[in-house]
Amino acid sequence: MNVTLTVNGKTYTRDVEPRTLLVHFIREDLGLTGTHVGCDTSQCGACTVHLNGDAVKSCTLLAVQAQGADITTIEGLGTPGDLHPLQTGFWEEHGLQCGFCTPGMIMASAELLKHTPNPSEDQIRHHLEGNYCRCTGYHNIVKAVQHAAGAMQGASQAADD
Amino acid sequence: MYPASFEYHKAESVDQALAALAENPDLKVIAGGHSLLPAMKLRLAQPPALLDIWGIQEMKGITRDGDHWVVGAMTTHADVLRSDLPLFPEVAGWVGDPMVRNRGTIGGSLAHADPSADYPAAALALGVEFVIRGPGGERTVHADDMFQGMFESAVQPGELLTHIRIPATTQASAYEKFRHPASHYAVVGVAVVRHADSSVRAAYTGAAEKAHRLNKLEDAVNGSQAVPTGLVDAGDLLGDRFASAEYRAHLVDVLAARAIERLG
Repeated sequence: MNVTLTVNGKTYTRDVEPRTLLVHFIREDLGLTGTHVGCDTSQCGACTVHLNGDAVKSCTLLAVQAQGADITTIEGLGTPGDLHPLQTGFWEEHGLQCGFCTPGMIMASAELLKHTPNPSEDQIRHHLEGNYCRCTGYHNIVKAVQHAAGAMQGASQAADD
Repeated sequence: MYPASFEYHKAESVDQALAALAENPDLKVIAGGHSLLPAMKLRLAQPPALLDIWGIQEMKGITRDGDHWVVGAMTTHADVLRSDLPLFPEVAGWVGDPMVRNRGTIGGSLAHADPSADYPAAALALGVEFVIRGPGGERTVHADDMFQGMFESAVQPGELLTHIRIPATTQASAYEKFRHPASHYAVVGVAVVRHADSSVRAAYTGAAEKAHRLNKLEDAVNGSQAVPTGLVDAGDLLGDRFASAEYRAHLVDVLAARAIERLG
């Protein structure tokens, strides 16, 4: 059946089987492989994208359920020449080792910073409870989110001045 | 992993959904899909056809109707978490993780009646009423009659849970949970509510085939007695590789005492 949705500002229409998961639609039909699949059980969060502004697990949605939706993936957050503060934060604070969980970590963190611009360490850890990292022990991931929060607050203060 | 193939249908209103269900008994209702899709991905469930009710606006949102709150079954856990409802916001904060809460719905969870879900204990303690519509019209089911067995609620084939009604007059409430660290489901959860008439209702989830009232606890607290131990018999509980029935019985005692203490 036909699905039309917008991903990173671009509108796509594709003919898909109803059982196509949104994450497979994004990766295989659209070729946007920054969104990862890390488990079969809806637990790991590597597939996190934003659907109409909310962070969701794209492995637990059918592409047909996202009909008409506005989706942002990691590719839509920043560009290699103009990284999002979260992408810079993960770089600066070494918030990854293998990097597999990083797109999901960043997309989940982006939702946190939208509602909570200056989160405590506890709030960051709590918000990322649906994102699994098997390398870092999470410590530098928390520092990366704090780095981004600081940079984004600095930028918004500079804009106010 | 791909689910098995199925037909996909959508309803935009309760009437449309009921008509579709009457016409095709094979239809399985999908709300937020955060219990059903994981089961379909593992092929534990292979429904031949889905009816997507996410778009039914009349089943979304939270309103006040006199001394009750009325919550649409398609209200997400995230919206419950941010609401002024009694007890349910605290419970919603324990469900899954932020991404799951953005998509999973309170009605979907309650109709699914997972024995380890958090809401059923809260629904029993609050004395929630379930508004169910079917081909014969609308009926209301009290929480005490809603949960009938493992993954079995009072919602019958061809029916739809459309709203829940929550007493807005409660004095105090608490939910204490020992959660499984990976799945985040309740190994045991205990909900307690002091109602407008000062009586206390309590219930547990996660430990048996469905959520149950904690009658021994209620009798003691309502009789102004200390919280007893041995609230549930391990012989009535289920054990698995994560926690034995005996351990779960112990957790019920510990969590019930903590919850009652929080009532003040």
